[in-house]
Amino acid sequence: MPAELRQQGYSEAQLRLVSEKVPCREAQAAALLALFGEPDHYSFPSIFIYGHRAMGKSHVTLTLLRELQMPHVVVSCVECVSPGLLFEQVLGSLFDSSAVTLSRSPSLSDFVRLYRQLCAEDSAKHTRYIVLDRAEVLRDMSANLLPGFLRLQELVEDNVTVILLSEIVWDKFRPSTGCFEPLQLHFPDYSKAELQQILAQDSHPSYSAELYTFYINILLGVFYSVCKDLRELRHLAALNFPKFCEPLEKGEAEESDTHKLWRNIEPHLKKAMQTVYLREVSSFQWEEQLKQDGETQSLRGLSAYAHVELPYYSKFLLIAAYLASYNPARTDRRFFVKHHGKIRKTTFLKKHEKTSNHLLGPKPFPLDRLLAIFYSVVDSRVAPTASIFSQISSLVTLQLLTQVGHDDQLDNPKYKCTVSLDFIRAIARTVGFDILRYLYDFL
Amino acid sequence: MSKRKSKDTQWTAGECVSQAQKILRERYCYQRVPSSPVGIESQRKNLLELLRRTAIHGESNSVLIVGPRGSGKTMLLKSVLKELFEVREVQSNVLLVHLNGLLQTDDKIALKEITRQLQLENVVGDKVFGSFAENLTFLLEALKKGNRSSSRPVIFTLDEFDLFAHHKNQTLLYNLLDISQSAQTPVAVVGLTCRLDVLELLEKRVKSRFSHRQIHLLNPMDFHQYIETTQEHLGLPQDFPDERFAQEWNSSIKMLCEDRSVKDVLRKHFNTSKDFRSLHMLLLMALSRVTPTNPTIKPGDIQEASRLCSMDAKANILHGLSILELCLIIAMKHLSELYDGEPFNFQMVHNEFKKFIQRKSHSIHNFETPVVLKAFEHLQQLELINPMDGPSAKIQKEYQLVKLMLDHSQIMEALQKYPQCPTDVKQWATSAFG
Repeated sequence: MPAELRQQGYSEAQLRLVSEKVPCREAQAAALLALFGEPDHYSFPSIFIYGHRAMGKSHVTLTLLRELQMPHVVVSCVECVSPGLLFEQVLGSLFDSSAVTLSRSPSLSDFVRLYRQLCAEDSAKHTRYIVLDRAEVLRDMSANLLPGFLRLQELVEDNVTVILLSEIVWDKFRPSTGCFEPLQLHFPDYSKAELQQILAQDSHPSYSAELYTFYINILLGVFYSVCKDLRELRHLAALNFPKFCEPLEKGEAEESDTHKLWRNIEPHLKKAMQTVYLREVSSFQWEEQLKQDGETQSLRGLSAYAHVELPYYSKFLLIAAYLASYNPARTDRRFFVKHHGKIRKTTFLKKHEKTSNHLLGPKPFPLDRLLAIFYSVVDSRVAPTASIFSQISSLVTLQLLTQVGHDDQLDNPKYKCTVSLDFIRAIARTVGFDILRYLYDFL
Repeated sequence: MSKRKSKDTQWTAGECVSQAQKILRERYCYQRVPSSPVGIESQRKNLLELLRRTAIHGESNSVLIVGPRGSGKTMLLKSVLKELFEVREVQSNVLLVHLNGLLQTDDKIALKEITRQLQLENVVGDKVFGSFAENLTFLLEALKKGNRSSSRPVIFTLDEFDLFAHHKNQTLLYNLLDISQSAQTPVAVVGLTCRLDVLELLEKRVKSRFSHRQIHLLNPMDFHQYIETTQEHLGLPQDFPDERFAQEWNSSIKMLCEDRSVKDVLRKHFNTSKDFRSLHMLLLMALSRVTPTNPTIKPGDIQEASRLCSMDAKANILHGLSILELCLIIAMKHLSELYDGEPFNFQMVHNEFKKFIQRKSHSIHNFETPVVLKAFEHLQQLELINPMDGPSAKIQKEYQLVKLMLDHSQIMEALQKYPQCPTDVKQWATSAFG
């Protein structure tokens, strides 16, 4: 254990306890503690801690504050939908909560006034800490909140430090007229070795630690290039460990038979990347399936349920909308008019737009064009009844189409088709329509 | 007496360091007002004279203190007020009202705050009664009734003055400046702002009532003075309990400031900004490394602190990305080079990435599209790429146009520092077109 975590004013035992609880983060914890200083010293008015998700930002901060028993409050900014909730939480936990009575929608001014008032009765012997988790949400609240909290120490004239935790860099926070600059602290990502060390800590009691380390190695080999998130990796490790141990339990392999274990688990983990990692299959389903020992393909993920049953004309409307979105308007004559005369193919296919339509996404089209294509692709004669138009608007509410430009709702609305190619092909198959023949990109 | 003195000097190293930390931290963090501010003598004299005229002779005045952030506007005001209030006549006579644009976000709140700070009659307990209009008329009447000779002068200080100019109709500013123009209760309106164009924000009627007196704090310091200030800010005061420690500390600080490497670091800081706050941040970082076993600041501490202060945050974030996300960023870099900064969508990025995989896949496996999409969304969450038309545009994720918020040099630098970056990815990044 490195003896880095050392600071006057705190007992040795507490510090040792803290450093045991923050594996691979001793340097950051020491830096943070050094900034805090002794309990009764002033600390910097605001500290901004940034780093990737699951890099121990809040864990280290909270462990320090909790184990060293500093007066603190932790507020998640996502929970506080209004500033009032935030103020209430801060005042309630820093001071005797019974004394706090805020008005119905308090402003920052009320908060500061009340803070001063309470502070005068119960002045700080030790530095108070306000930890704001997910601080990026603060930017979207009222404009004075973030600058106000950054200079709270000056505003309330109390020994208070505001700690902001975020994934996003400070440059994206700075208001246009500037503000009090917080002290920035970076939590770097865990290296592969550190991830191994941390993950190997929660080994299974009935197997040896070496075996678990070996398993973690395999897991990182598969997932490390995609995901460095400790929480996600830990979840995946816990989920797939029973499968890894299966040959051992059945007696097919020994613990030393690493190659066999690896052969058993690797395809399984690759499958997990496409299913559990993307939340296609829930963890519960995945576990159930491991128990039943079923074939992995049998499980249908969430995206396999994308098929939607639609009425006959709605299907054609959707097909028409897809064609209108992904074909340029000048090719309509060629596709949908029977005697279109001669159009030379060379002028027709320009190289640069050959496959670009499915790359650039859907283009908006007017209602007239949709109806024209619709009448041309549907076989029978259809009257433009109210039900056809209501089907168009219900496709919009189903989010299969979207309306672009909300300025004229009735006169000449424009739409975009927002379904994928696979989806529309499945729909076209049910009505016996070969959509690829009509798509400009696939000529 | 001598016995006591000897007792004082017998402080242990730990106690000395602790005491030094306490004093210096208070100086850096709490922004305690120094007894004699340096470099702003003329401004100080100007403001003091102005406020004294209000306080003693009953003149009404308005003034704006303008300067960049961290240039000591509040410090100047506080030190002037402190000196002004040492006069006994002023102490008993003058009323002070502090307002802050961050806290008093509209005129109603500001008005309540004024009534509260003036402790007017209609304040019962802690509640202010009456509507906004009532409150305003009451306050104005109270202020108008007075005259130059008999009523107590009021000094209004408006911090973040530019924010008050964004209030509706600028009612508060208009009324305050109107009172300062007419012969009513003597008031002094002192605004503090960091905006040089603050007068352009004012309405015409408000602007015409303002005296156009401005005090600029532009910090005309050169590097030599900067070093001296640094030394002064690091030094311990004369009345430090343990004299021996204070002497040792101060001489070590003197040595430190003459050190070549420290001068280089300070030069770098001086060139980025001259304000004291960033200097204080640097000094606090260095100070936090001082412990009983390491009782003085060493040049290494300053260098380390400077390294921490001037880290490129985006490079740090890039360092933590997974290799797949890094590949996507390289693909985006190629796209923005190819199409001259035009926005792009996920499909295009994925297409570019697939081209790389197909041509020369050695170390990167072929990932499924949803896995790549997840990586893309993570980048968006980190705000390394920003959507062009708002987050709520109703379009599929794959086709939403985004823009890369990174510089090319940043990407290349991050690639050099990336741990165990595969060689073919590096080559792909340097090759001109995909």
